[in-house]
Amino acid sequence: MSGIRMRIDGKEVQATEGMTVLEAAQSAGISIPTLCHHEKLAPFGGCRLCIVEIAVHGRNNIVASCVHQAEDDLIINTRSEKIDRIRKSILELLLAHAPDSPQLQELAADYGAEKNKFKPEPSFCIHCGLCVRYCAEIKKKHAVGFIDRGIRKEISFLPEIASAECNDCKECFPLCPTSYLQAAFVLVESLAFPRGKATRA
Amino acid sequence: MTLIDSSVELEELRGRIVSERDPDTPCITVCSGTGCLASGAREVIAAFSHEIEAHELKVELDFRATGCHGFCEKGPIVVIDPDEICYLQVTPDDVPEIITKTIKGNEVIERLLYVDQNTGEKAVHESDIPFYKYQKRMVFAANRRIDPKSFEDYLAIGGYQALIKAFFEMTPEQVVSEVKDANLRGRGGGGFPAGKKWEIARSAPGEPKYVIVNCDEGDPGAYMDRSLMEGNPYGVLEGLTIGAYAIGSHEGYVYIRQEYPLALENLRAAIEEAEKRGLLGTDILGSGFDFQVKVHRGAGAFVCGEETALIISLEGEVGEPKPRPPYPAVNGLWGKPTIINNVETWANVPLIINKGAAAFASIGTEGSKGTKIFSLVGKIANTGLVEVPMGINLRDVIYKIGGGIPGGKKFKAVQTGGPSGGCIPEERLDLEVDFDELTKAGSMMGSGGMIVMDEETCMVDVARYFVDFLTDESCGKCVPCREGLRQMQRILTDITEGKGKESDIEVLQELAETAREASLCALGKTAPNPFLSTFRYFRDEYEAHIKEKRCPALSCKKLVSYFIEPEKCKACLICLKECPAGAIDGAKKTIHIIDQEKCDACGICFEVCPSRFEAVMRVSGEPVPPPIPEEQRMVIRKSKQQ
Repeated sequence: MSGIRMRIDGKEVQATEGMTVLEAAQSAGISIPTLCHHEKLAPFGGCRLCIVEIAVHGRNNIVASCVHQAEDDLIINTRSEKIDRIRKSILELLLAHAPDSPQLQELAADYGAEKNKFKPEPSFCIHCGLCVRYCAEIKKKHAVGFIDRGIRKEISFLPEIASAECNDCKECFPLCPTSYLQAAFVLVESLAFPRGKATRA
Repeated sequence: MTLIDSSVELEELRGRIVSERDPDTPCITVCSGTGCLASGAREVIAAFSHEIEAHELKVELDFRATGCHGFCEKGPIVVIDPDEICYLQVTPDDVPEIITKTIKGNEVIERLLYVDQNTGEKAVHESDIPFYKYQKRMVFAANRRIDPKSFEDYLAIGGYQALIKAFFEMTPEQVVSEVKDANLRGRGGGGFPAGKKWEIARSAPGEPKYVIVNCDEGDPGAYMDRSLMEGNPYGVLEGLTIGAYAIGSHEGYVYIRQEYPLALENLRAAIEEAEKRGLLGTDILGSGFDFQVKVHRGAGAFVCGEETALIISLEGEVGEPKPRPPYPAVNGLWGKPTIINNVETWANVPLIINKGAAAFASIGTEGSKGTKIFSLVGKIANTGLVEVPMGINLRDVIYKIGGGIPGGKKFKAVQTGGPSGGCIPEERLDLEVDFDELTKAGSMMGSGGMIVMDEETCMVDVARYFVDFLTDESCGKCVPCREGLRQMQRILTDITEGKGKESDIEVLQELAETAREASLCALGKTAPNPFLSTFRYFRDEYEAHIKEKRCPALSCKKLVSYFIEPEKCKACLICLKECPAGAIDGAKKTIHIIDQEKCDACGICFEVCPSRFEAVMRVSGEPVPPPIPEEQRMVIRKSKQQ
């Protein structure tokens, strides 16, 4: 085991080759907020809430800790005025989608994010991709995916696969931070599943 | 056609081709780039073919449909060599006259020449036209001289000399250090030194290695890569093959955007020909080096111009950027070391190998060497592609080459660097154009788009336009870009519609910081630039929109009103007939009035009102005067009074 030593928030942290900064911090009991991270899934880097500052040549670079590889001698700050400001801004953008998500509310309280900074959005999906990636990487079914791009991007169940696979699984349901996934499922179930397949009690 | 087995054979073939060509034989070249084709070059080419046939001139006259000449404003362009007689906006009807007068009678046709708008002077030769005179054409030079589909033409101008030199006189390490010494920086946007990238890829572990041409040029108004690929595909392939040799790659890809059919056609023809001739494939020119090139068409996503998204798209997945590091030079296509450069960068490579790094580096500024092709578009007299040495004064590009702003309007700003670039105002016009100076001015080089704006362009609306574009083109993966752009677009739209609040500026600045610092890829990190740079230089316009509900450029539809000045209106009925909203009341001899309730502020009345009357007025931030009383609406003509 090749040991990597770095400093996170002034604390000496050990990591092993291949670990991300986030994993190294977590293993040392330092908490960094995340939304799209899941230990069983490949790093995604979508929500950007886990940003940290890395000191490089006298300046602080902001990186997403969930995708940044641990390296020897890194000096990392997980909180700063700037980091907190950006996390607050990210949370406010997401609260426009899911103002009542308990997970978002908890984080909003930590960072002083306003719930109504922006006009409410019709969709409460925050595009963390946990459902999409869990279904693809762990279940290998690809029953739910992203469609379209940019601000029109949404998740969608694929009726052909979902009708055959989802009723007995639903392992993605508890992953969703906003319950939008369940709504999307109910929608596709009522619109596109063959009669009799929909076995909701 | 036989395979060319060695460099000696290639040189022999070149010798034969050159000896069969008499440099004094007149040669008619017609630009057949996309711009000229759109303005009728196809018909001009057909007319020439017909006339040449009819006059039996095939022997004593060469004829060539070439790539883009760059002066797109004045297409179709015809240049007659060896005297470089340049005819502009040629129509098929002009062709018989060109043949009889210029070719047979050695006479210049005056009406087809370039006329200087200021001096009224005519220019006979291409190089006398200011648009060309102040350019330095190196990368773009071949475009005018060759038929892009002709391998012989490319050989005749010295094609593949660089490849022979690299293969037989240089080691791959030497090629890398030559490109490094030349300090060739990537022309696609980032400006990263190509040689450094190559060096990393060369020494990175992992086989096979790949080389990629990024021809997914997507910036609005930018088309230099398209024109290079259309006009000189062999040049790009030669550069790519040299790059492959340098890093030890045997497989290359050209990622070409869906919207470039002609570039695709010419590229495919060139690849096929190069394969037949043995300049692609196994054991190229007997060097023992194998290299093949595959073409991949993009599907219309702007973000696929970003290198990691392009690579993922090549692999068959959805084109979304990946976090860097790792960089493609270490971990690229299929996880292998890959160099990816854009078309213009690759096209520079043969020049560097031929002339040497020192010659290349003698042009340009401290940090930016060589030339750069810009597409000069927008409110500019001479729209087109211009190649200039790095460090040229921006004012010279716009006034000397571009011919200034048409219609006597005032210059306001030039937008460089594509949608995520920035606007440079009048007071910064003396900056020396290179990678670093543009960045310092709050913009960037990008791929070389230059959109000129005049006094009638609203800078808030420009920011809104580019943010709109990015909102459509963001991949939607990360929050700062996707959600940040969504809100920026909403706020900017509100401001242009007079619904802006004073707190909006602060929110925009906050969103800008979040996107710039925390986005996943360069698209998101630079997405706030349209706002940041317009705000930096045109803060007063933002304030006018927000505080006074006034658009100083009189451009934002929701903030502009039109009215007709009774003293100037001659009751000509033109605006009344043209108004699509039926908002103009009037009749013959009855002064027209715009019904503000019905008016859509489309501005058609303003456009159509004859310039000798100029009766339609446009105001913003102030109420229109009340309409004149009914009894005063009768027009009394002076002539009838007497």
